[in-house]
Amino acid sequence: MANMAQAIRLALHYGEKHLDVKDVFGQDVGAPLGGVFTATQGLSTSWNAPLDERGIINMAMGIAMAGDRCVAEIQFCDYIFNTIDLLKIAGNTLWCTNGQYNLPMVVMTPVGAGIRGSVYHSHSFDAWASRLQGWKVVMPSTPLDAYGLLLAAIKDPNPVLFLKPKALMREKGEELIPGEPADEKELKAMIDAPIGDRSKWKAKWPELSEYIVPIGKGKITRSGEQVTVVSYGRHLLLCNKVADELKQEGYSVEVIDLRSIYPYDWQMIKTSVAKTGKLLVVNEDTEVTNFGEHLVYRAVEELFYQLLARPRVIAGKNVPGIGLHPNLEDATVPQLFEIKQAIVEMIHEAP
Amino acid sequence: MPAPKTANKSKPLKSSVKSNSKEVNSKGLPLPKNILLNMHDLMVKSRVLEERLIKIYRTGESYFWIGGPGEEAWGVPLGMLAYKGQGLEHDFFHLHYRCTPTLIALGMDMKDSIRLMMNRVTDPSTGGRNFSNHYCFPKWNVAPVTSPIEVQYGIALGTAHAQKRHGGKGISIVSGGDAGTAEGDFATCLVWSSRKGNELPLLITVQNNRWGISTSFDGQHGETNIADRARAFNIRARVINGNDPIESYLAIQEEMEYIRKTGKPSFIEAKVSRLYGHSSASGANFITSEVDSLKNFEALLMKNKLISESQIKEVWQKYEEEGVKATEEARKEATPTSESIWDHIYYGNENADWRKF
Repeated sequence: MANMAQAIRLALHYGEKHLDVKDVFGQDVGAPLGGVFTATQGLSTSWNAPLDERGIINMAMGIAMAGDRCVAEIQFCDYIFNTIDLLKIAGNTLWCTNGQYNLPMVVMTPVGAGIRGSVYHSHSFDAWASRLQGWKVVMPSTPLDAYGLLLAAIKDPNPVLFLKPKALMREKGEELIPGEPADEKELKAMIDAPIGDRSKWKAKWPELSEYIVPIGKGKITRSGEQVTVVSYGRHLLLCNKVADELKQEGYSVEVIDLRSIYPYDWQMIKTSVAKTGKLLVVNEDTEVTNFGEHLVYRAVEELFYQLLARPRVIAGKNVPGIGLHPNLEDATVPQLFEIKQAIVEMIHEAP
Repeated sequence: MPAPKTANKSKPLKSSVKSNSKEVNSKGLPLPKNILLNMHDLMVKSRVLEERLIKIYRTGESYFWIGGPGEEAWGVPLGMLAYKGQGLEHDFFHLHYRCTPTLIALGMDMKDSIRLMMNRVTDPSTGGRNFSNHYCFPKWNVAPVTSPIEVQYGIALGTAHAQKRHGGKGISIVSGGDAGTAEGDFATCLVWSSRKGNELPLLITVQNNRWGISTSFDGQHGETNIADRARAFNIRARVINGNDPIESYLAIQEEMEYIRKTGKPSFIEAKVSRLYGHSSASGANFITSEVDSLKNFEALLMKNKLISESQIKEVWQKYEEEGVKATEEARKEATPTSESIWDHIYYGNENADWRKF
């Protein structure tokens, strides 16, 4: 099975071959490296940008304004913050021009902790991104969803932020991407650049098919009756694991992979919480004005009389960064045991 | 008003002052009479419009004014010389909020600027959502003007990149003020447009009025000329008197020809006046110590007997009347509705209101 980096690469190839993507660019995105996570190796439209995040977003906006399709990368979201006003402008251009200029552009950036990335390779961006009006924001937790969400993002006429959980870039999926060879060694031989001299190497792309994960649609990854857990990205997999462990202990946990942070699948959450009466949101962005707080607020507003326990958010601690030592990182971002403990507490909580 | 005949794909004059001098039919001036009078006409129209916008502000019919009176001698030739139209074959404009002269030269109706000033729903640029002079006209490749200064220098790279790939004669044009060159996007523009083998067809311009809101040039700059910074990137660069419409015209024409021919960037720093201060926030009063390019140009035209004083008065009167009429008409037009705040957040008016997810 393809890992997430390969899935992104396959999606970008499909994009440049079938969806008129003309530029895939960013720092170290082109040859020879093909991206720090190898997600852009072998593409025919990829190129290396100057080390200038503002320039990258600027360029993407101009390309989109000219009517061409592009996918730009900010190498780590930790370095996207100096582009925030450009992201604001990209998101408000259609509105400010009264519908005259839309900017169909995709910006992808790795997010989150989990690789011992220290202070400036561990930031999250989902809460910040949720305040960028006019953007759509997605975040996959599996390679197949990465493929499907990225194709949806490329086809979308609006700016789309594609958040890549960096700790999952080497995680393999459980479902084949349409057209992916069943033998993962065969896939690797086809699309992974060799070690050493790559100057004459060319990818041999499989014949891929279109697969779209609609933006705004979540997915129930574990069905259950006692509590609803909403997450995305890296922590979605932790939530699945907890649900599986608790199932062995006789608990019934429903897990929703939100996949899209904005617009989000409220109907799926609402239906689930109406069933379970309990809502837990899990992500690793910092806890104050966390996106999960918005979901909890909405649950209180709309589902108050159906709730059987206090809705909760488990998120990153509100500290300036993720410290490098494991003791520091683990104390900062939500851990499996915390999620498990919170779920059990909520299941046992009585109104 | 239709676009001037010198715009669009009309054959540009042959480059350089010297070669143009052979075509002189305007008594020693290096441009033909029809171009000179057309420039004058458009400069007056732009000035009258800007002064009308200030009057609208003063009568309490608008919340804020910012604009470009004093930049007519630069902005009008820029608009006249561009390949006007929509798409990659035509020039892209990445302007700032002092570019009414360029829009007038492109053919903008005075009323459309007044609609913007008065926040009418009929405002074609923003639908009543933004400040004066924040123009947007996709039909002429005029990218939306933003309040954050200098971001246009970076965005212009993208349209220039797409034009280079397309391979036509269209170029991108970016303009901004001197103070804004302190922003990083200005450096971005110089770096990205001049990479070896990846040079971009981009006319980079700075209108140097020697002010940044209330801060003087000398308080913010160590360089002698802003154009010197472009030279460091091997970008062809020049400094011109932007208060002289003839010098502006010839310089813009020459640099546009260079860019269309080579596909490489060029830089013009135009020294201009700021005749009514930064904005209505600083009073929007006429600054008598600044050079008035329009008055100087009129004196030159009269001296060379290309136009009489009475003819000049007629031009002013024509546009004064047009401005008054446009204001009266715009005043009667509808304003945006409250519910329209949800329009155009996503393309095709796809719902963006979380309450309806």
